[in-house]
Amino acid sequence: MKIRSLAAGVSAALLAAALTACSHGGNDGATGADDAGVTLTYWASNQGASLDNDKQVLTPELDKFTQQTGIKIKLEVVPWSNLTNNTLSAAVSGQGPDVLNIGNTNAVTFQSTGAFYPFDDAALQQVGGKDRFVASAFATAGTSGKPPTSLPLYSQVYALYYNKKLFADAGLQPPATWEDLVSDAQKLTDPAQKQYGIVIPGGTVNASMHFTFIFSEQHGGAAFDKDGKPTFTSAGMISGVKQYVDLLGKYHVVNPSAAQYTDASQSAGDFARGKAAMFMAQTSGINVLAQNGMTADQYGIAPIPAPAGGDKISSFVAGTNISIFKNTKHLSAALKFVKFMTSDAEQQILNKAYTTQPAVKGAPAAFTDDQQKLAVFTKILSDYSKPLPLISAIQAFQANVGGAVVALIGKAATGAAISDADVKAALDQAQQKMGTN
Amino acid sequence: MAVTLPGRRTRSPAPRTGGAGEPRPRRPRITWARATPYLLIVPAIAFELLVHVVPMVVGGYLSLIRLTQFFLTDWSRAPFAGLGNYRVALNFSGPLGSQLARSFGLTLGFTVLVVGLSFLFGICAALVLQRFVRGRGLLRTLFLVPYALPAYAGIITWKFMLQRDNGLLNELLVNDLHLVKDPPFWLIGGNAFASLVVVSVWQQWPFAFLMTMAGMQVIPEELYQAAAIDGAGTWQQVRHITLRMMRPVNAVLLLLLFLWTFREFNTPYVLFGPTPPDSADLLTVHIYASSFITWNFGLGSAMSVLLMLFLIVVAGLWGLWHRRVSRDA
Repeated sequence: MKIRSLAAGVSAALLAAALTACSHGGNDGATGADDAGVTLTYWASNQGASLDNDKQVLTPELDKFTQQTGIKIKLEVVPWSNLTNNTLSAAVSGQGPDVLNIGNTNAVTFQSTGAFYPFDDAALQQVGGKDRFVASAFATAGTSGKPPTSLPLYSQVYALYYNKKLFADAGLQPPATWEDLVSDAQKLTDPAQKQYGIVIPGGTVNASMHFTFIFSEQHGGAAFDKDGKPTFTSAGMISGVKQYVDLLGKYHVVNPSAAQYTDASQSAGDFARGKAAMFMAQTSGINVLAQNGMTADQYGIAPIPAPAGGDKISSFVAGTNISIFKNTKHLSAALKFVKFMTSDAEQQILNKAYTTQPAVKGAPAAFTDDQQKLAVFTKILSDYSKPLPLISAIQAFQANVGGAVVALIGKAATGAAISDADVKAALDQAQQKMGTN
Repeated sequence: MAVTLPGRRTRSPAPRTGGAGEPRPRRPRITWARATPYLLIVPAIAFELLVHVVPMVVGGYLSLIRLTQFFLTDWSRAPFAGLGNYRVALNFSGPLGSQLARSFGLTLGFTVLVVGLSFLFGICAALVLQRFVRGRGLLRTLFLVPYALPAYAGIITWKFMLQRDNGLLNELLVNDLHLVKDPPFWLIGGNAFASLVVVSVWQQWPFAFLMTMAGMQVIPEELYQAAAIDGAGTWQQVRHITLRMMRPVNAVLLLLLFLWTFREFNTPYVLFGPTPPDSADLLTVHIYASSFITWNFGLGSAMSVLLMLFLIVVAGLWGLWHRRVSRDA
C-alpha cells in the first residue's frame, strides 16, 4: 500500500464518519409502528427542590408509561442553569434527547432554531387537540401562526411569599402596594441579626429578566415595540429595573450576599430559615419550601404589589413546556410519551407533586390544600399576568438584560449607588448588543 | 488506525516497480523501509487534523457567516457576512468592540501579573530547595499539590473559601482577626480580580517550580565551585550561573505560561460562572458569553480567531527573540 492510497483511505474514512454524522437525522418512526421495546431519552427540567426530588416524582410515572406501552424512558434531570445550553448544543449537533422540557420563556427562540418537531394539526389531534389545553398556557407554546414546537406541561406564576410569624410579630399586613412592601421590608430588616425584609436571587440571570419584565410592565414600559424592536431604554423599563435594584442599593432591605445567589433555591433557603421575611417566587416555591422544611401554614401568598398608581401586573405566564427533538428516531413513541405527560391523569399527579398549575383543562389545580393560596394563584394567573413577548429575540433579551441587571445588583451590593443614569447606561448597552443578534 | 505492521514487510515488495522491459530491477521508489516513518506518524497527523486543524478551519469559516439561532440546524443557510463579524468585534466605539478591547486589556494585565508572580514563586522555591537538602522531598511534593489536583476541584474549593457569608477567608478576617467589620465580597466587585489572580497563581506556579527545578539540576556543580573559588557570592552565583544557564528553559517556560494564562477559561468560569463581574471579565469567558449565551456563534468565532492571531503573533515574536538569544548564547 502506498502512502497516497493510505491517506486516501484515511480521508475517506473521515469523510464517511462525517457523512454518517450528518445523515443520521432521518426519521423512520413517523407512523405508529410497534414502539414496544424502544427506549426514549428524556431531559426533564429541575422542577423540584433538587434533582433527586425530580427523580422521585418522575420515576413512578415513567414506570407507569413503560407498563402501558412497553416504551422505556431514560430519564435525565437537567438543572435550569445547564438546560438552555445543553439544548442549544443538541440543536447544533443534531445529537440530543428524544423528548425534553424547556422553559416556556424560550419556546419561541427554540422554535426559530428549527431543531424541534412542529406539532401540526395531525400531531395535536394525537395528543387530544389543542382545546384540551389552558389557553394562556398554550399561547406560550410558540409564535402565533406557526405549528407550535412545544406543549405546555406545568404552568406557574410569580407571587409574593411572606412569613406569617414575622409579619404578625411586627404587626404588619401583607403589602398592597410596592411602597408598602418597601416600608414593611425596612421594618423587618435588622442587619446586626442578619435579618432582612426580603430576599432576591441577585446573581440569577433568568430571574432578573423575569423581575425586570414584571416591574417594567407595572410602570407601563415594554421591552419590545410592536415590531419586535427592543426598547430597553424607555422610561418604564428604567423605572422597573430601578425598582428592583433599589431594594438592595437604596433601601438596603436585602442581604448583600444575595447578589451572589445564582440559583433561586438559595433565596428559598433564606426565606425558609426565617432570615428573610419576604420572597418572590413562582408557584413551585410551595414544593421547594416544603423540601426546605417550611410548612404551608407558616407563610402566606399575595400578588407581587405594584407601585401606587401603577399597572397591577404581578407575573407573566411562566411554566415549563415539553418538546420533541426533530432528529428523534422514535417519533411515534415520542408522541405517545407527550400524550401521556399531558394526559389529564398525569397532569393532575405531576402538577400536584411539583405544586404547579395544570396546563390542561381536564385536571383541577390541586397543588395545595390551602384554599386561600389556591385562590390567590388562580387570580394572579387570570387577572394580573401578562404574557412575555412571543418573539425569537426573547433568549437574547434574557441574556443581555438579565445579565445587565445582575451586574447592577453586584455593583449595588459592593457599595455603589445606582442612579437612573447607571440603569439607563446598562440597559442601553444591553440593547446595542441586541442589534447584532 | 494501527497501520504500522512491520510483519507485512514481506508482502510489500517489488512486482509493481520493476518495469517489464528493464534489464535489472531498480530499487523501488517506495519501500516499506522508507515508508515506515511516515506510516508511523499517519495516525498522529490524522488526529491532529481531526482535533486541531479541522475545528480551526471550521472556526475560521464560522467567523465569516452570520450564524445565529435561526441557522443552527443548517449552517449552510446562514448568510455570508464577509468581515462583518470582525467589523463588529473591532469597532471599538460600539459596545461589543469596546467591551472586547477592555476585556483584552484586562486579560493582558492579568496574564502579566500571573505569569510574573508564578515565575517568581517558582524560581524562588526552586532556588531554596536546591540549597537546602533537608525535607526537600516533602516540600517538593507539597508544592506540587495544586498542580496535581483536578482543576475543577481546586477552584471550587477556592470558591467556597471566598464566599461572603460563610467563606473561610471572611471567617478569618471578620470573626477571628476582626480586621474588617463588614465582610467584603471576593467574587463580585473589584476584589474579584484579586481573587482571580491569587487562584490562578496558586494553580500555575507549581509548573514554573517544576520546570525551573529541572533546569537547575543540569547545571554542573563544578561551575558553582569554580565561581566560589573566584570569590562569587551567593547572589552572583545565582545571577551569573543559575539564571544564565537556565535562559533557554526560562524562555520556553515563560512562553508556555503566557499562552496558557492568556487563554485561561477554567478558573474564571468556575469561580464566576458565565457572567463574570466587570473586573474579572477575561477574554475567553467574554468570548464564550458573546457566542454561547447570546447565541451569536459567528461573532464568537471572529473573536476567537482574533485571539488566536494574537497568540500566534506573541509566539512568533518570541521565536524571533529566542533565535537571537540562542545565537548570542
